[in-house]
Amino acid sequence: MAIEVKNIVKKFGSFAALDNVDLKVADGELLALLGPSGSGKTTLLRIIAGLDWPDSGEVAIDGENALTRGASERQVGFVFQHYALFRHMTVFENVAFGLRVQPRAIRKDEATIRARVKELLDLVQLDWLSNRYPSQLSGGQRQRIALARALAIEPRILLLDEPFGALDAKVRKELRQWLRSLHNEIHVTSIFVTHDQEEALEVANRVVVMDKGKIEQIGTPGEVYDNPATAFVHGFIGESIVLPVDVSGDAVRLDGRPLNIAAHGAASGAAKLFVRRHDMAIGPAGSGALDGAIRHVRSFGPIQRAEVALSGREGSTVIEIDAPRDRELQAGEIVSLQPRRYRIFATQD
Amino acid sequence: MSMQTGLATSTTQLRTYAPSTDVSVAAPAPRLEIARGRSTAARQNPRTEPGPIRFVIIALAVTFLSVFVVLPLVVVFASAFSKGVGAYFAALAEPEALAAIKLTLLVAAVSVTLNLVFGVVAAWAISKFEFTGKTFLITLIDLPFSVSPVISGLVFVLLFGAQGYFGPWLQAHNIHILFAVPGIALATIFVTFPFVARALIPLMQEQGTQEEEAAISLGASGLQTFFRVTLPNIKWGLLYGVLLCNARAMGEFGAVSVVSGHIRGETNTMPLLVEILYNEYQFVASFAIASLLAMLALITLVVKTVLERRLDETEVPDGD
Amino acid sequence: MGLTLTWLSVIILIPLAALFLKTFELSLDQFWGVITSRRTLNALKISFGLSFAAACVNLVMGTIIVWALVRYRFPGRRLFDAIVDIPFALPTAVAGVALTQLFAQKGWLGAPLAELGIKVAFTPIGIFVAMVFIGIPFVVRTVQPVLIDLDVEIEEAAASLGANRWHTVFRVILPSLIPALLTGFALAFARAVGEYGSVIFIAGNLPNVSEIAPLLVVIRLSEFRYADATAIAVVMLVASFLIIFLINRLQRWAQARIPVH
Repeated sequence: MAIEVKNIVKKFGSFAALDNVDLKVADGELLALLGPSGSGKTTLLRIIAGLDWPDSGEVAIDGENALTRGASERQVGFVFQHYALFRHMTVFENVAFGLRVQPRAIRKDEATIRARVKELLDLVQLDWLSNRYPSQLSGGQRQRIALARALAIEPRILLLDEPFGALDAKVRKELRQWLRSLHNEIHVTSIFVTHDQEEALEVANRVVVMDKGKIEQIGTPGEVYDNPATAFVHGFIGESIVLPVDVSGDAVRLDGRPLNIAAHGAASGAAKLFVRRHDMAIGPAGSGALDGAIRHVRSFGPIQRAEVALSGREGSTVIEIDAPRDRELQAGEIVSLQPRRYRIFATQD
Repeated sequence: MSMQTGLATSTTQLRTYAPSTDVSVAAPAPRLEIARGRSTAARQNPRTEPGPIRFVIIALAVTFLSVFVVLPLVVVFASAFSKGVGAYFAALAEPEALAAIKLTLLVAAVSVTLNLVFGVVAAWAISKFEFTGKTFLITLIDLPFSVSPVISGLVFVLLFGAQGYFGPWLQAHNIHILFAVPGIALATIFVTFPFVARALIPLMQEQGTQEEEAAISLGASGLQTFFRVTLPNIKWGLLYGVLLCNARAMGEFGAVSVVSGHIRGETNTMPLLVEILYNEYQFVASFAIASLLAMLALITLVVKTVLERRLDETEVPDGD
Repeated sequence: MGLTLTWLSVIILIPLAALFLKTFELSLDQFWGVITSRRTLNALKISFGLSFAAACVNLVMGTIIVWALVRYRFPGRRLFDAIVDIPFALPTAVAGVALTQLFAQKGWLGAPLAELGIKVAFTPIGIFVAMVFIGIPFVVRTVQPVLIDLDVEIEEAAASLGANRWHTVFRVILPSLIPALLTGFALAFARAVGEYGSVIFIAGNLPNVSEIAPLLVVIRLSEFRYADATAIAVVMLVASFLIIFLINRLQRWAQARIPVH
């Protein structure tokens, strides 16, 4: 089912958790809401689920206004960060809960419920745990049971709040792949919240990057990584070298010295130059835009990582760059750096 | 800049959760919430009940507590002053009343002091050392809580009574325990034994032995460690235990009633005098004494609330 | 250490040992005779029966009070929260005379009730009322922290799964509180069985009708029938030990979440 969120505003006291947010999710998408804590991503998810209410704005699920319905009437599957399994119920009863509390008129008979629960436990590959209690399961198992429980009500959409946040690194990796393949299998429109960019880029079809209650960029994982729309996105996703520069016309200056790169339409005034570590070309001294002395080199895998001290008017700035291992760099060597790909964003504050 | 965002986000995270964590009805404007109407309120927050049900539950709780708990307390003071302030103070000035007050204070002082010392030592032993029979010791400490006060009194009668195990020997040596002050003190010590230890054990267990070990490694002696490290850490818990111990010691009725012998002016504590005067239909006098005990209970409750807040503060710096 | 153990044995172990030694002085027949005499049996029935009834009321009212205190904001909430502790703090004799005065035929509540034909003071109902009074903090204070700590998410989970509020409360929240509720119930029950001071004034103390077991112990003692007193005490003691044992099992069950059914 498609989801449409329009002009959502949500304030907690004077703090705007969501500031005029618009979002369209197409049927069958697997979307990630990515942002630092406090960016409003969880609040947005809870508003779509009906667990929180916006101060203004609209939420439509499949073209139908969702705000007239409470959480229990929306048929939205919600997977909680800490699973929220019912501790006094077995795994089986947890999964069956949503079916057992349906209004009598549409409630299925016991045999159908049992068959459905069995089917879901098979889907999450945990049917052998059906008589256990949540306290007897591992974190990864609990998360999969929570997912099976959310799927039991045949949700129109599936929402997951930091689904892997409480798991250790290894289980987290396994579950990511598992979630993606599960989505390929059942194809229900899904949104998950995460603060882990790797998780978002690896699992989602599309990523929504949020900060301070606003959406910074929406795009495929490739788009948000390669073409960050704002300084925040560039800084938040992937690691970047950030240097303060001055733009006037098409000229870019660092510390008063002109850099022979184009401003690409950045407004005149103070700005920030963003370069990915691996997008810095290294040449002999004097050949590029930035000169500096190599202070330290570490080599691992296919790359060598060098700390380069760029000397400026107010002492030196140390940056880290990644270079291929075709030419061994030496500590003490003076090199020249030239950004191959870069972005310049005007400084806002 | 990154520092600032970090700070900002951590507070916002807290705020984001506040409305849902902080139980049900939005805390800042409860009236507004009700005014908005039931269906919206219930819909807005999936974690609360419709307005009328909320009203009924609050009404039931408040009514029950008012009728069964507040009203009896009010009756105490109303009856004490029913014949005026003069009669009230006259009743308290009776020699019998003064003797009872004095005895109660004496017994409380003795039993609180002894239980304070041994409660601290017992809690220390239980929470900082491992030894066989520890569970047994804990059970033993809890025991007086689970025994009827009457039975607590009875065991001392069996020991020191005329037909008791030590009765003949005590009589031969002309030592009076039962139906005398020592018996009252013993019974009071018995019933109030758990309070101090109970208040301290969880606190000391939580604090562990690290600070003591650090002190000893820095060259402090055992006593120095206790007075400079352990005691400051447990002072609020200790006060809490002493407070409850004292309240019970002054108010104990059942156990003391069995061992006291009800000798007027000699072995009547305040609660016992309340009973005697009440049975003699001297209601004003009886309730005058009772009002003193009720005051003690109220003061104890207030101090207890303050101490609980202190104890919470030492655990988590969280101002609610 | 040694001092602690010595003190403990002097103040707790020796007296209790005396109680059991005294019991063993009785032959089994004598013991049985005391326990099954009409007056003793009735006293035990009254004590245990009314305690059970009072604990049931405490269970229901305690849950309602906890719910109101934890889940709702209303004027005076903090005050009422503190008031719950009064039965703990008020000396039992004071509670006893106050309840009697309140429910006596001319009392503030006794008078209107008398007009309805209900006599509370000096009847078994009076005993029941006193037991409800002293038991209420046990349920409230046991359940309150558990309800406060209850995970917010499980209620939201229930709602998102389509459960209405009724289902959420009765299938999710209350079952999570069961261990605490049962513990509170057991504590209130145990306290009521042993209670003396707040009950004897309002009880009427009519043998076989409104005479509680602790009072019978006191009466037998004053008659110097130590053996009789001891036998009754032992029955009460064993009962309260069973209750404590049950509470401990309950708590362990709550921690391990081992199913009961």
